[in-house]
Amino acid sequence: MDARIETLGDTALLLHVGDGMDRQASARVHALTRAVREADPDGLDDIVPAYASVLLRHHLTTTKATDALHQQIRELIAGLPDQADTATGHLHRIEVCYSGDYGSDLAELASACGMSADEVVKRHCAPEYQVAMTGFAPGFPYLIGLDPALATPRRDTPRTRVPAGSVGIAGPQTGIYPSELPGGWQLIGRTPLRLLDADHADQPCLLEPGDRVRFESIDASQFKHRDPSC
Amino acid sequence: MLTIKQPGPLTTLQDLGRNGSAHLGIGHAGAADQPALRLANALVGNPASACALEATLLGPSLIFDHDVVVAVTGAPLSKARIGDQPLPPWQAVHVPSGTPLTLGPMAHGCRSYLAVAGGIDVPCWRQSRSTDINAGLGPIPRALEAGDTLPIGHTTSKLPADVDWSLDPRPWFQASTSHRIRLLPGSHAERLDAASRERLVNESFRIGNDSNRVGLRLEGPHLALDDALEMTSEGVVAGTMQLPPGGQPIIMGCEHPVTGGYPRIAHVCAVDLPVLAQCRPGDTVTFEWIDKAGAMELLATREDALEHLVDRIRERLEQA
Repeated sequence: MDARIETLGDTALLLHVGDGMDRQASARVHALTRAVREADPDGLDDIVPAYASVLLRHHLTTTKATDALHQQIRELIAGLPDQADTATGHLHRIEVCYSGDYGSDLAELASACGMSADEVVKRHCAPEYQVAMTGFAPGFPYLIGLDPALATPRRDTPRTRVPAGSVGIAGPQTGIYPSELPGGWQLIGRTPLRLLDADHADQPCLLEPGDRVRFESIDASQFKHRDPSC
Repeated sequence: MLTIKQPGPLTTLQDLGRNGSAHLGIGHAGAADQPALRLANALVGNPASACALEATLLGPSLIFDHDVVVAVTGAPLSKARIGDQPLPPWQAVHVPSGTPLTLGPMAHGCRSYLAVAGGIDVPCWRQSRSTDINAGLGPIPRALEAGDTLPIGHTTSKLPADVDWSLDPRPWFQASTSHRIRLLPGSHAERLDAASRERLVNESFRIGNDSNRVGLRLEGPHLALDDALEMTSEGVVAGTMQLPPGGQPIIMGCEHPVTGGYPRIAHVCAVDLPVLAQCRPGDTVTFEWIDKAGAMELLATREDALEHLVDRIRERLEQA
């Protein structure tokens, strides 16, 4: 695998394995993340996979120790194949209610995309997505694999409160708000599933980077039946 | 047991921070001024990783239901009292059961630390007792409030009844409202236009009012890139200086989001992060470039001095 290694100040390395948002770059990111986790180098505090990069935060305070880490990572990258398997993560089926207030921007988004709301739902439920990264807020999954015909820019004015479970679109990405947050994504539906549960400290997030996701459409009565807060 | 009487505007539980959860979007948090926390813990015979209180601008008032030993470090609390007696800073101090401890306002700086012998003994949440205020996570996922009660851990260290020595705070806290911060170039430093490159190191910036543990907003000179950059989100660290399109840089704080999508023009070197932690809104900062070898040497020297001091404190506590 080829990677460009950038140093971030004196506490981290940023490994670039591609550009932009594509499945192959994302697959390389997750293969590299797994390899680093298995190698478990000395002094590493955190590994942050993103769309096309992996951040390694370290706590080493000497030039000698950071140089050694740098070298170890360089060798590890060189030993990885350039093509990585894209379908390795755990597959989640996520039920989404796209109707009524749950998909407040669905009608507008459908009209902007020149198709019916039903067509948007059909196309949103069609692909298998990959969790490229988690960021913005704890447990917020950035999914790649969105049908390009559904790509829509963020809202001009972000909402101050987006309800937990809201499923949105921002440019070529789709994602799910794990908790109530401010946000500017176009909201097309909502899932009754809990994506973030701090009471389960061992596994507080339903979705982790590298996991796969399929959406399934449910109606409002099914949503209410499954929503633990109802 | 410790009971909060008045919490102050933002008093939270903090330790050395949370590692190993950033891939889930769960950040590091932890004490903003880590040397101050480590020294407060050392003074009361705690391990560096013990949990303490981090106060912001105005300290809390609290009371204990048994005799304890405490130490305060960080920003100076010139009006701090035990009952009606002054509380000496950077020193182990006995606080009798039922005597109110009032920390009061900070004369300079932004954050003070109160360590209690035995540590604040709440359970860990994902390997840390730190509160992440912005995410609302941690064993206590919010700022402390009046009436909160916190368990104190058992301490094995025997503290002498008459500790009459204190640390010299000068290497660890600068009582100033203008700060000089050293920067390592970020990957997009060279994309700054020529005028902005000059401004970054030749002009001073004001710490914005909406700065907090998540980030410091810099006001003043406007910075711009030669050409706009298309970026996807990438990991960032505490100290990363990002440049949003508005032209006012933001420096990531101890509770920063794990990823960022703005150009990274610089990184505050790790040795200066505690200085940044003590910047309050309205303070001014100036920047200068440093190279990585120089930054790492400063950090190694600081760590040696800190570890040496912690060892000396332990020896003195054991001798007494």
